[in-house]
Amino acid sequence: MSTIKIRAKESKGIVTVKALMKHPMETGQRTNKKTGDKFPAHFIQEVVGKANGEEVITVHWGPAVSKNPYLTFAYSGSKGDKLELTWLDNQGNTDSQISEVK
Amino acid sequence: MNRRNFLKNSLMTAATITTFAGLLIKPKRVFAAWPKESFDITDLNESIKSVYGHNNVNETSKIKLKAPDIAENGAIVPINVKSSLNNVESIMVFVENNPQPLSCGYNLTTKSQPIIGTRIKMGKTSTVMAAVKSDGKIYTASKEVKITIGGCGG
Repeated sequence: MSTIKIRAKESKGIVTVKALMKHPMETGQRTNKKTGDKFPAHFIQEVVGKANGEEVITVHWGPAVSKNPYLTFAYSGSKGDKLELTWLDNQGNTDSQISEVK
Repeated sequence: MNRRNFLKNSLMTAATITTFAGLLIKPKRVFAAWPKESFDITDLNESIKSVYGHNNVNETSKIKLKAPDIAENGAIVPINVKSSLNNVESIMVFVENNPQPLSCGYNLTTKSQPIIGTRIKMGKTSTVMAAVKSDGKIYTASKEVKITIGGCGG
């Protein structure tokens, strides 16, 4: 199953997008109390939002974004747009999801 | 050093260099736009400088920064930024007392509206600053958020 949940709604020509991603967002500063080692950093660095293939937003995240990050943004668009979100983390993993604007 | 050794060594060096170069270039190509330096800086002013190239920022009431006055859990602090400025190019969120002040950055296009929201982690009570780049100028709005339980480290 995809790690991204998207909810996109259009009102008066503006599409509001709400998305939830499943990701640990490890900062690299937390220590494992049993071993004393640090958990390696593992966080989403980039999220790209595309509407009908055209880029509408590029998000750069640092490790300070919460676990299972939540994102909202808005753009001028219309109902039925194919909205695609793609994330890329610092370990090279990636995932994407396409949703239709309601 | 004789000829055979010399050849062997130079071949080895060449191979090592290519491998290292490959390693160095690869992540850069993948994350071409992710500003690692800016995210690593530990001082607020330096961080702003590294993002925009200067420290010339103006406070404005045209940015609405919505954040809680008191956040019980520093691991989840909801932040919403809305702006009525024209031609917004980017929105950045800085947290002064975090280990790295730059939390997140949003690069907008001509189609996007200057409305963003997310949830961030905060280590301790700090000023949260939203910086908006509009028509080449930087405008900011700040708000203090009190934290009861820190969200970094542990």
